[in-house]
Amino acid sequence: MKGDTSTMPTSRPVRGAAEPAPVEHRFFELIPPGTKIDFVGLRFKMLVLSWTLIAIGLAWAYARGINWGIDFAGGTMVHVKFAAPTPIGDVRAALSKPEIGEVLVQDVGRAGNEFQIRVRGAEKGGSGSVADAIRAALREKFGEGTHDVLRVETVGPRVGKDLGRSAALAVLAATLVMGVYIALRFELRFGIGAAIALVHDVLMTIGALAIAHMEFDLTTVAALLTVVGYSVHDTVIVSDRIRENMKKMRRESLATIMNISINETLSRTLITSGTAILVTAALFVLGGPVIHSFAFALLVGFIVGTYSSIYVASPVVLYLEGRQARR
Amino acid sequence: MSRSVLTRGAFYAALAVAALVFLVPSFVRPAPAFWPWRQPIRLGLDLQGGTHLLYGVDIDQAVDNTVDRQMQDLERTLREEQIGAASVEREGRTVHLRLANKDKRAQVEALVKDRFPSLVAVPESDVEAGDLAYTLEPREVQRLRDNVQEQALKIIRNRIDQFGVAEPTVQAQGTDEIVVQLPGVQDPQRAKELIGRTALLEFKLVARAGDAGTPDHPGPNVHYLPGKSEKGRRASPVAVERRTLMTGDVLTDAFVSQGAATEGMVVDFVLDARGTKEFGEITSANVGRQLAIVLDGVVESAPVIETPITGGRGLIRGRFDFTEAQDLANVLRNGALPAPLKLIEERTVGPSLGKDSIRKGVLSFVVGSALVIVFMLVYYRGGGVIADGALLLNVLLLVGAFAAFGFTLSLPGIAGIVLTIGMAVDANVLILERIREELRLGKTARAAIEAGYERAWYAIRDSNVTTFCSGLILFQFGSGPVRGFAITLCLGILTSLATGVFGTRVVYDFLTSRRRLATVSV
Repeated sequence: MKGDTSTMPTSRPVRGAAEPAPVEHRFFELIPPGTKIDFVGLRFKMLVLSWTLIAIGLAWAYARGINWGIDFAGGTMVHVKFAAPTPIGDVRAALSKPEIGEVLVQDVGRAGNEFQIRVRGAEKGGSGSVADAIRAALREKFGEGTHDVLRVETVGPRVGKDLGRSAALAVLAATLVMGVYIALRFELRFGIGAAIALVHDVLMTIGALAIAHMEFDLTTVAALLTVVGYSVHDTVIVSDRIRENMKKMRRESLATIMNISINETLSRTLITSGTAILVTAALFVLGGPVIHSFAFALLVGFIVGTYSSIYVASPVVLYLEGRQARR
Repeated sequence: MSRSVLTRGAFYAALAVAALVFLVPSFVRPAPAFWPWRQPIRLGLDLQGGTHLLYGVDIDQAVDNTVDRQMQDLERTLREEQIGAASVEREGRTVHLRLANKDKRAQVEALVKDRFPSLVAVPESDVEAGDLAYTLEPREVQRLRDNVQEQALKIIRNRIDQFGVAEPTVQAQGTDEIVVQLPGVQDPQRAKELIGRTALLEFKLVARAGDAGTPDHPGPNVHYLPGKSEKGRRASPVAVERRTLMTGDVLTDAFVSQGAATEGMVVDFVLDARGTKEFGEITSANVGRQLAIVLDGVVESAPVIETPITGGRGLIRGRFDFTEAQDLANVLRNGALPAPLKLIEERTVGPSLGKDSIRKGVLSFVVGSALVIVFMLVYYRGGGVIADGALLLNVLLLVGAFAAFGFTLSLPGIAGIVLTIGMAVDANVLILERIREELRLGKTARAAIEAGYERAWYAIRDSNVTTFCSGLILFQFGSGPVRGFAITLCLGILTSLATGVFGTRVVYDFLTSRRRLATVSV
């Protein structure tokens, strides 16, 4: 970056001069101005790539199942940490009791002393809850003070089902609101393009969650909604420029204008998303187990969202334009 | 310097000072005595540790219970008026009466109209002269629906207040749910028993040996209720008369006292005037018989009535230990729940996990913001310095707002603050990129700044409106910590616009107003 100072006036501005002397500007830049990448030309290849990835993700989710958290599956989760490393078999043995039912014990710590115990489905009848039974069983087998119950979650199955529906509805509503807003601010086809890009982002993120076997819980839905709200940022930036350039370059075809606009806004699209991705990466690496899947969904969603505003939203607009022209 | 720059600068300075004032109690403990603000930021249960319980109120059951009570009252009234009813039965929410003497039909109808205003007659399909059917008036049902949650809320609040937890929250959610939050409670078993207990206290006579029948074939008007089980041993069921002589709603007070050596703690209760009179009559009429004290369908004790009790006091011996007796006195004092509660959700976070979450949240905040701040400095230099300054003010205002408005900060909330950092600079990036573009076109610094702000504004506005909308939808959808995240997201957008767009503009206006600015570092 030698000599890369902010501005280098080639001559001193003369006091009282009507026009200042032309100034040559040198900035620190990721994408130099005048970059011409043929994004629009690549759109069919990217279309195939995108939807193939989504298909793989969804097929994975279908075949291997999504790792539903207690919020959605219903049941009980107890996260326990032992003072000393404990064989997972001992934990399972302690919990094989009729009042607890079928348990799933998972080793979550790196030191072999942290376990997540899950009992899915409905509560068994009776006075005490499954959570209390698990606590009691652990106390009985290992004794008081040997372990620390970090977290307990119990959710009724009915709630889980209702929650699933309202989560899907919320994500759908957000997508629609975004689409309508963009349609009102710009044009209908931009709105449709934005909405399709958002559906793309959400599906891609869900697929990634399934493949990575990340837990899908309430905070994951929060992440998806945030992705929906934030992915539009880039779409807005690009669409704003397309609209501006359409006024300036009346002679050019929409495809050309789009390519110019995407190239012109490329550095800001990458930087705005980049800072968001930077902080999400910090959350993912350092944020701890409670928000791990939340940060993962945000990270994937933001990355995909940046890509989709270029390769999904704009091609849709172009396609709609083509249809309109043919008619 | 223009007046407007001065005013706006002063405005932001005032905001910053206000935020600092609100934040001091959260970071300096204890805050100095003279400090005008005392409330630290409220931490969610996921950060401070504790138990979150979500209960559903079974309102339909409350309506059924009311029908039951009305039926019992009607039965008693008929008896008192010497009108023999062959049978009184409940079917769903309809009470069917079959009169022994068909001529008294008109008299009964008048009686019900007069004394049971909440009952309405239902036309019987199978009309026999002696049959009558009544159900609850729709308006009464509606009133119950409206009130049951509120009543339950009040009762639980009283029970929890006497349970001894610091700063509990008991709140209604929706139309039939109640949220109980108990900071610091790790093992909520006792709390759950206290909250979930209906605490319906009934006094019934133990059936005479001849009338009792067997548990499989109880005698007429007799039913078997489980006796209180003692440690490890199940007590045999007790045959009691169906009729409830008195219920716990006539209690005015209940407290724990030491019983005789073998019986552990006992619970004394005090009756109100009506209860004293009723209890006196009941005990006078039944000297020598056993009176069963039934709590939530379990016979706690069945002492023999030795003399009429007219003093309006009594006691329950159930071989309680101190905590049991204390909780029982608590629920009796605060009355029975109008409807059973069902535990829908239970979430407990241990204090070590809470502390760990705070540490990790703060660490990701520090690392995340450091990355963004350094990036902005390197990439935009002068413009980056201004943007970073706005970013710091942004965080100060955002966290200050949490302290000022008493919002609860959850772990997703902290994540929301971290995320805000990454998103807040977006506006600056858009403006600075636009300024660069205008400079490349050969505009003066001042004109480029002017155009940069003006042209970037549309994209900034639209992108923030969309994120704000998704935040609102998230708020509507979520609860608890997720709501905390939604609040942070929306609040963060407002503070980002205030600082990143309008705040930085003040700095640029200040710079350009002093002299003819030929260069701008972006």
